[in-house]
Amino acid sequence: MTRNFENEPMMEVYIFETTQNLEQLEQVIICSEKNGGFTPDDVSEIFRFMHTIKGSSAMMLFDNIEKVAHVVEDIFYFIREQKPDGLDFSAVSDLVLECVDFIKAEVKKIADLSDADGDPVFLIEQLNTFLDELRNIFGAESNQNKNQKKQQQYYIPQEKKQDLPSTEDWLAQESGMASEGACYHVIVHYDDDCKMENIRAYTLVFGLAEMVEEVYYLPADIADNPQTASYIRENGFEIFFKTEISYEEIKAHFENIIYIDQLLFREIEDHRLDAFRNTPKEAPSIDNFALPDRDLCMPASSPANVIVTEDPQKNNTTATQKMISVNVDKLDNLMNLVGELMITESMVTQCPEVEAIQSENFHKASIELHKITVELQDMVMSIRMVPLSTTFVKMNRIVRDMCKKLNREVVLDLYGEETEVDKNIIEHISDPLMHIIRNAIDHGIESEAERLAKGKDKAGHIVLEAKNVGSDVLIVIKDDGRGLNKERILEKARQNDLLTKPEAEMSDRDIFKLILLPGFSTKENITEFSGRGVGMDVVTKNLDEVGGTVLVDSEVDHGTTITLKIPLTLAIVEGMNIRVGKSRYTIPITTISESFRPDQKDCMMDPDNNEMVMIRGQCYPILRLHQHYQIKNAETDLTKGILIMVEQEEKVICVFADELLGQQQVVVKALPNYVNSMKKILGLAGCTLLPDGSISLIMDISGLTGLRVQ
Amino acid sequence: MEAEVVAALEPEDDQQGMYLTFELDREYYGVWIGYVSEIIGILPFTEVPELPAFVRGIFNLRGQIIPLMDMRLRFQKQFVEYDERSCVIVIEVGNNTVGLIVDSVSEVISFEEADIIQQPMLSSGVSNQFVKSIGKVGNAVKLLLDCDKLLSNQEVEILTNQKDEG
Repeated sequence: MTRNFENEPMMEVYIFETTQNLEQLEQVIICSEKNGGFTPDDVSEIFRFMHTIKGSSAMMLFDNIEKVAHVVEDIFYFIREQKPDGLDFSAVSDLVLECVDFIKAEVKKIADLSDADGDPVFLIEQLNTFLDELRNIFGAESNQNKNQKKQQQYYIPQEKKQDLPSTEDWLAQESGMASEGACYHVIVHYDDDCKMENIRAYTLVFGLAEMVEEVYYLPADIADNPQTASYIRENGFEIFFKTEISYEEIKAHFENIIYIDQLLFREIEDHRLDAFRNTPKEAPSIDNFALPDRDLCMPASSPANVIVTEDPQKNNTTATQKMISVNVDKLDNLMNLVGELMITESMVTQCPEVEAIQSENFHKASIELHKITVELQDMVMSIRMVPLSTTFVKMNRIVRDMCKKLNREVVLDLYGEETEVDKNIIEHISDPLMHIIRNAIDHGIESEAERLAKGKDKAGHIVLEAKNVGSDVLIVIKDDGRGLNKERILEKARQNDLLTKPEAEMSDRDIFKLILLPGFSTKENITEFSGRGVGMDVVTKNLDEVGGTVLVDSEVDHGTTITLKIPLTLAIVEGMNIRVGKSRYTIPITTISESFRPDQKDCMMDPDNNEMVMIRGQCYPILRLHQHYQIKNAETDLTKGILIMVEQEEKVICVFADELLGQQQVVVKALPNYVNSMKKILGLAGCTLLPDGSISLIMDISGLTGLRVQ
Repeated sequence: MEAEVVAALEPEDDQQGMYLTFELDREYYGVWIGYVSEIIGILPFTEVPELPAFVRGIFNLRGQIIPLMDMRLRFQKQFVEYDERSCVIVIEVGNNTVGLIVDSVSEVISFEEADIIQQPMLSSGVSNQFVKSIGKVGNAVKLLLDCDKLLSNQEVEILTNQKDEG
């Protein structure tokens, strides 16, 4: 496949759009399947997606994709036109999803710069067989339509400039003088089937830019308004330009552009361009014209009486996110620069000489500067963070496929998918999630009969939830299946010699954790989905890479809960800055329950000389930070400093510090390599830069609570 | 002084025999110039608990967080308060970036190969573990440091136990 340089931006757009279309398509199918059938809206939507994919793939010369998309399109065309009753929806969905997978794989290949060489023959055969069956069952589709479509498909672009619509009254003005700097007006009508008219138009203008002195075009916002595509489709694309190149050459240029169906070409007088010159901004955008109903472009929302776990609106927003890919190193650099900017800004505005300036304007400006730098910092920080929704929504597909194959009914509920996680981490949790969910459906959720016998809901429920807890993100996968069988796990572990410590010493959690070991499977039969003992160890492996942990809880007949705890290596944490001696520390705000200054009478020593404080009848251990970290010149009198009660994993401890400095959002930075390689400091999660440029150490509360709690 | 040294750091070619020398307790040491990324004055730093005394803390160099190592303490010499001559030499070895606090930087010296004596036979003081070779300049000698060893943590555990007044 030849891929010349010019095509690169097109390629990018193609890959981006196709991927997006496929994702939306998948969601529509899964959604409609949940609703128990395709609504006419769904059908035309699927048709439209496939049509778009077909069109753009054909344009980019990816024949394989085009062919597959074409047959799918045919099927949906048939469904749309014939509205067959009693159609086997699930068979259709299966087929379409298979095609989606195929196209996805091909697009992936293209994105990886290898050839899209997947062989669609088998798939197409399957599709054709299916279509034939449909035709047989539901009566012959009007062949006429079919042929017409075919014709359209292979329409050969031709110039129809000779028979211009005569309604264009200005046509008469065409003058033959090809003097220096002649102006032209061109209306381009693209081939009906070519798709992405706005992009083509943009390419056209772009290609023209070299040859002309001035160029204006209508609609003006083709580059960033995809709606213009349909406008161009209907009304054509108008270009006004001035050039020194001869009429023939210009015309030849236009005639060489592919997919142009009609070309209206005429010379105009220079002053006609004045309108654009004077008010280029006001060149009418298509927003001024009546637009096709916006809803057309959105996945249809589903009727209210069905189980839809995700808000369809939310799906739209995730699916239509505009993406660019940026090297993460660049973002790190950007972040450092912004950090510098912040520091410099405060150095400038807090400089005593500057503070003495008695000018209201100056102070206004410096406040503005401060505001902007803070906003800039927030923005940069948030860039690296990606919501989990895309990863979560993908799980719908897995659940659907599994349910089909295993003939079970499982409902997946998603919560907190807007939780943001560092980009790197997202890449590491997609696989673990998939394996856990597969396991939950295959091993956890019982068969329908068994569930009913146990008095449970017929459909199994899996809850996938993400939330921020302290300096971690928790992803909880909870099913209401049969739970883990401790005895079976232990027995299996004994057989495979996987026990790491005496059985008597193992807590339930320790036992459950065994299922995460490689080669561990209590399932006797290996199924397509699980049972080979690979999978769950991927969970541990991937989480180890991002420094996360896995907790497994289970209750027989009530289900299993697997909790992935992921630290935020680079994340924004709402923190409370505290001071101990000269040092400053930051405690994640979510761990703090309260802070107070104790009375002398409430403080006491236990027999082991551990300090305790009594609050509302409860005793809590005290951790003196200055003692623990040997910080000099710190407050030692409990009644003069402040106690901060922190809680993590149900352990509570009171941290003693000199004073609270205030609450702030901070970026967690890892401690330098050199420090980390030297020693793992208990109770420190990282560090952060304070706005004044100094460094504060971020506390790891779970490390601290372990210190004093028995 | 600093400006001159930095200017001398500029030429990239033939850094082989070039060493940045600094003074430490009336002795002169050298670090290979390829490791040196910059020389700065002492910036405010943050102490980090539980580290050996020679790691004074971490500081913020334009958004990068860099540990600060006091070379006197590293070589188990007497600690002195920092003054205006004290400098931080920021070195980058592998993926570690560390700031070294020295009494003062002196100059960049280009040694002939013959003037560098490998594997010096020295008494086994702490500082000498890190000396790779000796460079001769006239009558004076400069102790050339082995930066890899300087940042390795093999003997850290011993030193952590001897944490003294920092």
